[in-house]
This record gives sequence, structure tokens and C-alpha cells, in this order.
Amino acid sequence: MEQNFLITINNLVKNFPIGGGEFTALNGINLTFNTGEFVGFVGPSGSGKTTLLNIIGSLDTPSEGSVNVLGREVGKLNTKKAAILRRQHLGFIFQTYNLLPVYSVYENVEFPLLLLKMNASERKKAVMDALVWVGLTDKIKSRPAQLSGGECQRVAVARAMVKKPKIVLADEPTANLDAANSHNILKMMLKLNEELKTTFIFATHDDKVIKYLKRKISLEDGKVIQDEIIKTNKEK
Amino acid sequence: MIRFLLKGLLRDRNRSLMPILIVTAGVALTVLMFCYMTGVLGDMIETTANYSSGHVKMMTRAYAKNKAQVPNDLALLDVNDLLTKLHHNYPTMEFVQRINLGGLLDSPDKNRETKKQGIVAGIAVDLLSKNSKEIDRLNIRNSLRKGRFPKKPNEVLLSDEFADKLEVKPGGTVTLITSTMYGSMSIQNFVVAGTIDFGMQAMDRSGMIADISGIQNALDMNDACGEILGFLNSQNYDDIQAMNVEQTFNKKYSDEDDEFSPVMTRLKNESMMSDYFDYVDNIVGIIISIFIFSMSIVLWNTGLIGGLRRYGEVGVRLAIGEEKGHIYRSMIMESILIGIIGSFIGTIIGLGFSYWIQEVGINVGDILKNSKMMVPSVFRAKITTPAYYLGFIPGLFSIVLGTMLSGIGIYKRKTAQLFKELDT
Repeated sequence: MEQNFLITINNLVKNFPIGGGEFTALNGINLTFNTGEFVGFVGPSGSGKTTLLNIIGSLDTPSEGSVNVLGREVGKLNTKKAAILRRQHLGFIFQTYNLLPVYSVYENVEFPLLLLKMNASERKKAVMDALVWVGLTDKIKSRPAQLSGGECQRVAVARAMVKKPKIVLADEPTANLDAANSHNILKMMLKLNEELKTTFIFATHDDKVIKYLKRKISLEDGKVIQDEIIKTNKEK
Repeated sequence: MIRFLLKGLLRDRNRSLMPILIVTAGVALTVLMFCYMTGVLGDMIETTANYSSGHVKMMTRAYAKNKAQVPNDLALLDVNDLLTKLHHNYPTMEFVQRINLGGLLDSPDKNRETKKQGIVAGIAVDLLSKNSKEIDRLNIRNSLRKGRFPKKPNEVLLSDEFADKLEVKPGGTVTLITSTMYGSMSIQNFVVAGTIDFGMQAMDRSGMIADISGIQNALDMNDACGEILGFLNSQNYDDIQAMNVEQTFNKKYSDEDDEFSPVMTRLKNESMMSDYFDYVDNIVGIIISIFIFSMSIVLWNTGLIGGLRRYGEVGVRLAIGEEKGHIYRSMIMESILIGIIGSFIGTIIGLGFSYWIQEVGINVGDILKNSKMMVPSVFRAKITTPAYYLGFIPGLFSIVLGTMLSGIGIYKRKTAQLFKELDT
């Protein structure tokens, strides 16, 4: 019986032109992801984790093979359809937060909902819910410049989560945070993962993040060298 | 969404205030430059028209051939009859008699002996008729420095500088020594009613304005004058209209075989004026084009920098799921808004300064002190219809073009680079 996965990756190869030749960033990746996973691509720089995250996020396309995200073949999506997939079902968290500096915390979180053309009252409720999740209701009028790094990343998480996407992609989300803030952010993400059943996919080599993962996929030279389900203390 | 983007635009001064200030400055300069060039070059033409050529000018054929010598012995006769015909045939035009004269002006002392003498360049115009517009046409109403305007045919105005040179004051007497229309010597006393600044160095050195009846009497030119100037019923010289008048008049009244028959020439055909007209057309066109082009580059660059500055923001918006076309269109809409606001404010400021220069003028009398050219010593701008929309060309078009070009980068950009770009 065929199982319906959230994401299915078959024989994925990604080549980048370098000089006269090609550099193979991903080589024969086969993976599947289910709803509610808390998974991370782990590996050294150049192992292909960000490239894999980009392709899942429909920011890039495969050179060979197929990547199916929520029933859509990423390689066959035009830019418009790829934008719609990102807008409706994917959330992004960046290493450097990338909040829009001229907008308040509330407005930054509201932005993805404006793209979804959600009506004002629903929008307000969704934004406030998201800010409650990340514990920033007292900062709704603040601008990013008035926030600490940890607070900025919490706003970024709220922005990614506000539309309740099926998948959140996070590239080195704790790289600019100290240990305490990193743990706070990760605990918050884990809580959202458990409460909302959102699939979180990380690209990271940060041990602090790795400690929280429920599944760790190790990459090296563009290949999966280990795909490991990590049991929690309770499960152990 | 529009409100959200507008909010961002208003809050980000680098996106709104700075570009608007740059557009405003560029447009204001363009409008001011245009008005100034139009005013200065147009003034030179109108000054020539008002002082010497009219929009059209009638002389005898013989006078026209030697006009540089001001040959009043070849003047038009039966002028009143000719003027009646002109008014009948061209009712919307105004025609005035003029006599240009040269001679010696003698300033006597209390013993009636010569105190000072000087060569005079005189213009006789209708100063005393009730409906005469000559004082305004020669722009001397506000130029009176001492005394008053003439009230009698034997009263004259001298240039202030010339009066100082002759050591004569208002109320004093000067003697004009010249020749009559028939070639005999004419010696006639005139009372200096007042002194004026012509605003033209050539006239300020030795100028005299007298009423035409007094000069007709002095030069024995009853019902005669050297020239009749015609002025079209429009603020600015219209060459096509003037050419029509010239052609119809010459066809009807001018006889090539009769050197004393009247002949009409239009302003553009006056000596050197044709070249000057072409020069004015070309120079205004070239200068304004260069200026608009330069401003376009500056404003285009503003649009370009504005677009590039927001590379990061565009990246985030793409990642969140906004379509490239939507981002591109929103950036263009912003630039149109900035272009319109900047152009509008810039046009108002440019017109404001132009109006000030139009009314007050820039006095360049000291620079033209030794000039023999008959040019106004006060340069003035002139606000014409194109000044109201000309600034929108660099203001709106260029900044939108710059934004459009910088925005193309959005389409060329590989979305996959976003994470790398945004994380660096």
C-alpha cells in the first residue's frame, strides 16, 4: 500500500555550473517526510543541506530526480506556482531574521497574511495568536531595531508560523543567537511542532539544534550518510 | 496590501523623502532653467521688436536699403493716410510711427555757451497721445530716475548717464543739432523733462527719447516718419502671422520700381535676426535637452539605487511567497507616486523662483557696462505653458525608468540565492 508522504524526494541530483564544469551539490537523495516531523539536515559546510532545503522550499529546482512537496512536483512549478506554494504552505526562518525594518513587530507578522488576502479581523486574530505563541504580545508596536536578537528571531518564527503552514524551513536559525536564546527559540518551535503538527525542517550544524531534533539526516558530499530517528528520553 | 506598502514607503525616508527631495530639486532646476532661458532669449527678441524692428516694420524701399545710416531724407510720407489703411486692413494690430535720429546734443552754460556736447542716439515716439502704449512698450515707466515724463512736444528724456555726462538736470535745456528731412541744418532747443535708465548699455550711453511731434517739427517731417512699426496682438512674436501680414502688405502697397513706395519686413528678416531666431531655437532646445538628459540620469540613478537598496527586502518578500511581478509592479507604483509628488513640488518651486526672476529680474548691468549690444541689462525669466509640464519629463519618466531597470534584477535573480544573500 502506497503511503501519502508530505514530502517525497526520489533520486535527487543537483548540479551547479562552476567554471567550465559542474559541481554536484546533491547526489542521489531519496527521502520522505511525514506531517509533524522535527527533522534536521546535519553536516559540515558544503555538504548540501542548504541546497536541499532550497529545493524543498521551491526556491530552486532539481537537476535530476523529483521532489514532491504537498503533491506538487517542485521541478515542474513555474515561478508563479512556486510562489503560491511558498505563500500558502511554507514558512521560512532565516539565520539573520530578515525582518522588514520599517514595519512594527505586528506588521512584520501580518505581512504573509496580507499576501493571502485574509480579511482584517481574521488577520488580527492570527497575528495575535502567533505573537502569543512566541511571547511577544508586549512588543507589537516595536520596530526590529528596538528588539534583541532573540526577540527578532521570535518575530521571525511568528512570521513563519502565523499562516499555520504545513512546513517550516529553517536555515541555521540559531547561528546568531546565544545559548539561552537558542534554547528558548528551539523549545518554542518544538512546542509549536507538537501543538500544530507543523513539520519543521532545519539545516544546521549547531549542536544546540541537533539536541532537539526528532530525526537527524546527516549529509556529506551531497549524499545522505545517515538517517536516524532520535528517541526522546521518555521513549527511551 | 496597498496601505501596507504605502506605510512602509512613508516610514522609510530613504525610500520616500530622499527620492522626493532629489526629484523636487531636479525638477525645480529644470523648470527654472527653462523659464530663464525662455525669458532671457525671448526678452532679447522683444526688446529688439519694441525698440527698433516691431513685429513688422514699414519703410520706403530706399530707406530700407540704407537703414543703418538712418536716412530720414528717405522717410515715409503721407503717413496718416498710410496708418488709416493699415488700421483698416489689420484691425487687430497696433501701428506706431518712429523716427530714429542721430546728431549732436549741446548742453549750454548760463551764458548760452557750450558747456558739454555729446553724440546723441534718439528715438522719437508717441509719448503724448492719450492712448499711446509706447512708454510701456519701451519699458521706461519704471525707469524714470529724475524729473518726470514729457508733457509737451519740446520736452525730452535723456538717459541718466548721458545727462550726467552733459551736466544737465531736469528742467535744463539742451540743443539738438542735426539735419532736417530735406537736408538743411536743424538746431532746436528741448527741455529735459527727466532722466531714465534704459536698461540697455547702448542706449544708456547716449540715449534720448522725444515725442514724435516735437521731432517731426524739428526735422521738418510733418506727416512723415522714418519707420512705422507694427505689433501683433500677441504677447510673443509669431513669425507665421507676421509673414502673412508682410506678404499681403507688400503685395498690395509695395512697388519694386518705386523706391519711395513702402515696403514691409518682419522681425525675423531684420538683419541678423533670422540667424538669431535659429540660434535661439537651437540653443534653447540643446540646453534644455542636455539639462533634461542630465537630470534624467541623476533621477534614473536615484530610482536605480532605490531599487538596489531594497534587494534584501525584495528577497524576503519573494521567500514569503510574493510574486515577482507583484513586487515589480509595487516598486513601479511607488516610483510613479514619488515621481508625481516630486515633480509637482519641484514644478511649484521652479515656477516660484521663475516668477520671482520674472518680476524682479537679475541685474547684469555691470557686466554689460562696455557692451555695444542692444540687450536688456536686467535678465528676466518667462513662465510659459511648457514650464507647467516640462519638469515631469525628468521627474516622472526618469525615476520610473530607473526603478524599472533596477527591478529587472528581480526577474533575473535566482530565487535559490535568497538564503545565501539574506544570510550574509
